[in-house]
Amino acid sequence: MSLVQTKDVAVSFGGKQVLSHVAVAIEPGEIVTIVGPNGSGKSTLLRLIAGALKPDRGQVIRRPGLRIGYVPQKLQLDPTLPMTVRRFLDLPRRCPDATALAALQEAGVSATVKQQMADLSGGQFQRVLLARALLVNPDLLILDEATQGLDQPGSAAFYKQIETVRDKLGCAVLMVSHELHVVMSASDRVICLNGHVCCEGTPDVVSSAPEYRELFGTGTGGALALYRHEHDHAHHHHTHED
Amino acid sequence: MFDDFLIRATLAGVAVAVAAAVLGCFVVWRRMAYFGDATAHAAILGVALSLGLSISIFTGAIAVAILMALIVTGLSGRGYAEDTLLGVLAHSSLAFGLVAVSFIPDVRVDLGAYLFGDILAVGKTDLLVIWGGALSVVVLILWRWSRLLMATLNADLAFASGIHPRREQLVLTLALAIVVAVSIKVVGALLITALLIIPAAAARPFGRTPEAMAVGAVLIGVTSAVLGMVAAYQLDTPTGPTIVSVAALLFVLSNLGRLVLRR
Repeated sequence: MSLVQTKDVAVSFGGKQVLSHVAVAIEPGEIVTIVGPNGSGKSTLLRLIAGALKPDRGQVIRRPGLRIGYVPQKLQLDPTLPMTVRRFLDLPRRCPDATALAALQEAGVSATVKQQMADLSGGQFQRVLLARALLVNPDLLILDEATQGLDQPGSAAFYKQIETVRDKLGCAVLMVSHELHVVMSASDRVICLNGHVCCEGTPDVVSSAPEYRELFGTGTGGALALYRHEHDHAHHHHTHED
Repeated sequence: MFDDFLIRATLAGVAVAVAAAVLGCFVVWRRMAYFGDATAHAAILGVALSLGLSISIFTGAIAVAILMALIVTGLSGRGYAEDTLLGVLAHSSLAFGLVAVSFIPDVRVDLGAYLFGDILAVGKTDLLVIWGGALSVVVLILWRWSRLLMATLNADLAFASGIHPRREQLVLTLALAIVVAVSIKVVGALLITALLIIPAAAARPFGRTPEAMAVGAVLIGVTSAVLGMVAAYQLDTPTGPTIVSVAALLFVLSNLGRLVLRR
């Protein structure tokens, strides 16, 4: 059984249709990346799957007892809020020291345990967020543009860490990213989203799909075309199971 | 020796200081200082209504403070920047409150008592209400401590843990309205925000965790209340402003202390 499955899901905010007819499924242990232009509903889909949002139409089916670890975009921590890494891992529920340390080790930042969150580098900060997500021993790890603000080597190292974690813990990983060249190589499967699922498959299948090329262009691996996409293209002829 | 009214005044000051210090940490972390001002100023309107309707000023102040908080929450994100919106609401409610007070017949209202507090006039019933309100705020915040912290850190992270940031915001709003209502007699509407913010800010340099900062804020708040009472009695100065002045001095000392320790 899939970990999570969405069936013909639709969401709109303030009359604007953000997602329609979205049917995706996440299988145990796979790394799935959602790509798509700004405003294509990537974060919305993540929130639906994480259960932070209810669909207007359709269903989100989670495997019973599914444990989800969530890594948000870089948080803005107010400098007036003192917070050690150790204390942060106790939110919202306290965990034993050994569990906290093990999670920090998995994420590669065990040395930071006594530091203030505000003193961490961008890469360390994201790894602490990753460690926190690992505390629940997740079946599914969800990352929402978790490498925003990291430089290229930093984010490459972060994705490498994600792969290591997956290999060791066997959890599935679902992430949104703008860094096409990196995620394309690190993913088992790519879902190309633009309000609906344009195309999905292994990275090479998707990157050669006409829908993907229309969204992201070809020559640069798509990175340049990413923000230029304005029009909604016309290929709403997908068939989805109902 | 302290007379009976001085003991009552000190007890009232301590209660308000404790509640304000705990809530004040969240006001500082969430940058709600202006929100606190708006709620406090709205309370003057509440006082005017209470005097007009001959009901308890706690009731009037808390009702209008909650109403104000809900209006702010409802209007935010609809075209005006939050600080502009709060500025408009805070000062217009203060102005309307002052105008409303002038309409009240017969009663010669000493506005200064509500703007700057009149802690020496705290009666036995007042003291009960103040302690009741302050304790309920502390209990409310301790009960929801983890959830409030999560909601303060990040809305998405809170959601993923099954916490609704808007509900937690509402909890803080309610706590703020209660603190404002019980503080009016102690420090007055104009200085409530000071009692929320200064102890929390003064405790920041010495806290490594949110809990340590909150405990520090309580200690600083209580110290300010007690020293402020003593100083006001000795120097024959207005009590509310004296308490806030002591808190401000402790803020300066705390930051100087940090500079020295960092060397």
